[in-house]
Amino acid sequence: MDVANFVGLLPLMVIAATAVAVLLLVAVRRRHPAAAIMTVIGLGGAVMTVPLAARVIPRQITSLLIVDGYGLFYTALLTAASMLVVILTYGYLQGREGNLEEFYVLLLLATLGAVVLALSNHFASLFLGLELLSVGLYTLIAYLRTSARPLEAAVKYLILAAASAAFLLFGLALIYAELGTMEFERVAMLLATADKTRSVFVLTGLAMTATGIGFKLAVVPFHMWTPDVYEGAPAPVAAFVATVSKGAIVALLLRYVMQTGAHPYGSLMLAFSVMAAASMVVGNLLALLQENVKRILAYSSIAHLGYLLVALVAGGSRGVEAATYYLVAYMLTTLSAFGSVIVLSDPDQDAETMAAYRGLFWRRPWLALVFTAAILSLAGIPLTAGFVGKFYVLVAGVESTLWPLILLLVFGSAVGLFYYLRIVVAMYGALPEGADVHVSRLAAPLSFATSLVLTVLTLGVLWLGLYPAPLIHTIRLTVASLL
Amino acid sequence: MILAWFIIILLAAGFLTWLFGQRHPLWARWIALGALAIDLVLGLTIWLWHPGQVALPDHGAWLIAVQWAWIPEFGINFHLAMDGLSLLLVLLTFFLGIMAVIASWSEIQAGVGFFHFNLLWVLAGIVGVFLALDLFLFYFFWEMMLVPMYFLISIWGHENRVYAAVKFFIFTQASGLLMLLAIVALFFLHHQQTGVYTFAYAQLLGTPMGPSTAMWLMLAFFVAFAVKLPAVPFHTWLPDAHTEAPTAGSVILAGLLLKTGAYGMLRFVLPLFPQAAWLFAPAAMVLAVTGILYGAALAFAQTDLKRLVAYTSISHLGFVLLGIFAWNELALQGAVLQMICHGISTGALFMLAGALQARLHTRDMRRMGGLWSTVPRLGGVSLFFAMGALGLPGLGNFLAEFLVLVGSFRVNTLLAVVATLGLVTATVYALSLIQRTFHGPHTEGRRIPDLTTRDMAAMAAMIAALMWLGLYPQAFLKTAAPVLHDLQQVVEPLRTVRR
Repeated sequence: MDVANFVGLLPLMVIAATAVAVLLLVAVRRRHPAAAIMTVIGLGGAVMTVPLAARVIPRQITSLLIVDGYGLFYTALLTAASMLVVILTYGYLQGREGNLEEFYVLLLLATLGAVVLALSNHFASLFLGLELLSVGLYTLIAYLRTSARPLEAAVKYLILAAASAAFLLFGLALIYAELGTMEFERVAMLLATADKTRSVFVLTGLAMTATGIGFKLAVVPFHMWTPDVYEGAPAPVAAFVATVSKGAIVALLLRYVMQTGAHPYGSLMLAFSVMAAASMVVGNLLALLQENVKRILAYSSIAHLGYLLVALVAGGSRGVEAATYYLVAYMLTTLSAFGSVIVLSDPDQDAETMAAYRGLFWRRPWLALVFTAAILSLAGIPLTAGFVGKFYVLVAGVESTLWPLILLLVFGSAVGLFYYLRIVVAMYGALPEGADVHVSRLAAPLSFATSLVLTVLTLGVLWLGLYPAPLIHTIRLTVASLL
Repeated sequence: MILAWFIIILLAAGFLTWLFGQRHPLWARWIALGALAIDLVLGLTIWLWHPGQVALPDHGAWLIAVQWAWIPEFGINFHLAMDGLSLLLVLLTFFLGIMAVIASWSEIQAGVGFFHFNLLWVLAGIVGVFLALDLFLFYFFWEMMLVPMYFLISIWGHENRVYAAVKFFIFTQASGLLMLLAIVALFFLHHQQTGVYTFAYAQLLGTPMGPSTAMWLMLAFFVAFAVKLPAVPFHTWLPDAHTEAPTAGSVILAGLLLKTGAYGMLRFVLPLFPQAAWLFAPAAMVLAVTGILYGAALAFAQTDLKRLVAYTSISHLGFVLLGIFAWNELALQGAVLQMICHGISTGALFMLAGALQARLHTRDMRRMGGLWSTVPRLGGVSLFFAMGALGLPGLGNFLAEFLVLVGSFRVNTLLAVVATLGLVTATVYALSLIQRTFHGPHTEGRRIPDLTTRDMAAMAAMIAALMWLGLYPQAFLKTAAPVLHDLQQVVEPLRTVRR
């Protein structure tokens, strides 16, 4: 391996080295602030190395990883999102009992898994990345192990994720058995040349792979774990599951679909169409019935992944661009929404009841505005990133004349307004009687770092909604590198 | 550039009111008033000194335009342009904006800064809608006026405000998404034909398409605008929203938001899909006449003062829809005039209803009566605007409705005759409004203060405007004429075909 290969892998190596360094630090001396700061510096450093790595692209490093513009774009996105989660986590964990420092090690490892997924074009690295991500998450979800709900959520996630991983592995094995290769490109070539698509092995393999991926994306009918995990997991972990974990899978899925050219073969796309439609309908309708803000966000994320799959089904470069833009907007928005939840949570309970938000605007106007911007962006109202994302998906869908899916998207968005507005209504409603319940939250001022993160996220949401041209341009370039 | 300033001033003033409103409420009120006054003066300047006609290629009599690239990947431009029609509506926006600020002067006491922020942002969105000449930009502004309006209703509204606000939001948002879909479809149709990706209005005009495609797209636009207008059967959000909104919100809703629907019909539905709209015109006219009579009948049945005025809006906007789809120059002029007159007269009625509610703490007309002796100024002004609403000759509404009826008589005699009944029913509800509130025995026996000098100044301005419209409408008609003439040219070939 020459030096350039190492340069290409710099982001990965920095993240891995940071994990080791934090681990050593914890062994020498337990200091929560030091561990958090080191993690932030490590993740920030990994983002900084992306431009360096970009000098040597495109580059296939061993047969497992490919470092190209597309992969690096996602590397930067996932790492940056993870860094923001860490900053938000610090305020959330501070003041809690128990050992807090290992949280960051696990988070770094999960991020490493996510980045591997974004760079992988081989079944082996796919599975490695996925497991690294999942194993990190099992522990992260259960990290606050003194209360019951995180444990319940973690066990649920463990069982379902392990089962879905088994599906995925079996599916990959079946494809390998028929085609004799694990590289995406070779798979694509063999599928294109030989008449292998009708083979039972390949079809079953694709179906099982789709099942495994569907679990991770939490699209209907593989969504059952989502609301429970979102509700049970500590809010920052839920944010991580919603953004980094799903984002990495989307990155992988887009690459897999583009490179194996699954498009000409209808069955896989039909499956994704059905999943998209079901997610949009079920996610939005079930969200209507929820009383818990974290569960609402869970169902809303199911619906959002449904919208994203519409772009994937639309396919072509426009579809991948739309999916990528949508994902960026979704990650920014979701982080900002969960950021508000995290900030409002206290050691006794996460801020998940509607009551916690009642009259928020009159108590903490800036925080309420941050959350409002996030909610409106989730609802896809103009001035926000979510609107441009939805518009992009709509454009991709109309171009491919996917009318049923597009109409469901419109229907879903209209239904979505009901539950998004409920949160907004609560925030701007009058204070409840006996408002002293919330005095503790009133008193807690935000740390500088947390306010900075929330401000940056909100400005990002508005910026992408007002002036999306630069990001669209960047995405076009990176997607072009994929084709 | 001046067009962009219209919007920038409002947006910036919105931030300022919020910032300074926390120090003292009066800051917010004066900043809002100042910004709107500057905009109004700018608008009047344009009206008085037409700076020559800037012609877009092949279309229209545009006075001024401004254009910057916004999202070049999709051919989206920040393109604003003003012709006679948008000029009139923009002036109306600033005028009613000032009235709305005055109406909320004593009514709004909580969160004054944020209130004026929302008020100015709604107005900015409305101005944007009237000026946008890029379909994406149009949709952008169309949705932008929604969120602040939602806040105005849901925070400062009356008892049932949350329900009304959510209903308003969902109706308009859902129908707006349909329109967005149609816009995107039009975008691709145009690309198929010409190979150019663009959202520019001037280029999308005359995109060739099959009759059924055109019909579907036209219907999507029509539904979005019919919800805003509102045309029966898409009107159910209106009585709730208008009734529950604070006075300023009602003034803006009735005076301006409804007009964006009518404007959309004139600007987009008719020119973009002339054949489909022409085929659809009889159905739209039936909807319009239904709205006229239905709105009037329900208005008469109300006991809630604001609800009554809300239903009269449905009736009056029915005339607008009738005039638009009668689609000849007289009827179109009537429709435009009706948009302006209705904005002023209904805006004033909502302000009066708000004043009564502030004094009596009820909108229930069964608990009113005999107020004339206590509040003669309020009574007199109400009588004037009630006369305006029923179409008294000499006031603008009469002229507008007369033009619409004359114009549609030539197209469809039966519908025009039935629509004329709307004038009779209007008389019934307008007189009963005055009768029930101001005449009869003074039941409650309370002393309440009359209109203040500030209120009277606002009312005087509105009375003057309505009389100007009624006595010398030429200034307005002349401004809108070139646009309406072009619009009529679109339909001329179709008319001969039908004969």
